[in-house]
Amino acid sequence: VQLQIEPVGEREIVMRRGFRAPRARVFEAWTRPELVARWLGPRSWTMERCEIDLRVGGAWRYLMRGPEGGSMLMEGVFREVVAPERLVTTEAYDGGPNETLNTVTFAEREGRTTVTCRILFSSQELRDRRLKTNMARGAAEGFDRLEEMLATLQGGA
Amino acid sequence: MEAQLDSVFSALADPTRRAILARLAQGEASVTELAEPFDMSLPAISKHLKVLERAGLIQRGRDAQRRPCRLQAEPLQEVAAWALSFRRFWEESFERLDELLGTEE
Repeated sequence: VQLQIEPVGEREIVMRRGFRAPRARVFEAWTRPELVARWLGPRSWTMERCEIDLRVGGAWRYLMRGPEGGSMLMEGVFREVVAPERLVTTEAYDGGPNETLNTVTFAEREGRTTVTCRILFSSQELRDRRLKTNMARGAAEGFDRLEEMLATLQGGA
Repeated sequence: MEAQLDSVFSALADPTRRAILARLAQGEASVTELAEPFDMSLPAISKHLKVLERAGLIQRGRDAQRRPCRLQAEPLQEVAAWALSFRRFWEESFERLDELLGTEE
């Protein structure tokens, strides 16, 4: 059930996670805006806009707002839609130029679903940067202390 | 933005500098006051303060005698927003998805 994230080849990151539900339900939760708005993003963030035009060539767009007022925009266009087993979509953050091509597969076994996201970057450098920031964060010294400090700031300032 | 994050992160990588920030979170302080809890010379503390100042994490007062240091929280908030990227973002999202799938049972 735990989230796995690993680099594959030169330009991909593969993310895998199991869910205790049949894939039709997981696929729905993944593709219906009113459901996506209920889970996508950290708990402290709110989904301000969630639009999904679920068809090949259709666009999706998630606008999230953080507790500090900052926003994050994720958006893309579907390249393949095969319900309830496979989605291929472009994905970009905050209108940035470094779009990825994501392939999401939903595999069911004994009533459980494994979701695999393959995230293909346009260069190894961009892939490595995403991984590096990821790991740097995981390993960042004193990161917990930083969070405590931020909590103090919010409370005190 | 990325250069800014880099300098914030290298500033935060040092325990003395984090302790200085934690102290400043309680209110402004002079270099002498900041040096007190550490077994360090004033020049050594000043060096740390320069790193923090360059990262935009503190501001020095204009008072030539005292030059009190004050915390600047904005770059920390940027770090916090950045910290939500990727693994943590998805971990937390997927926990929420678990809950959602559970409630629909």
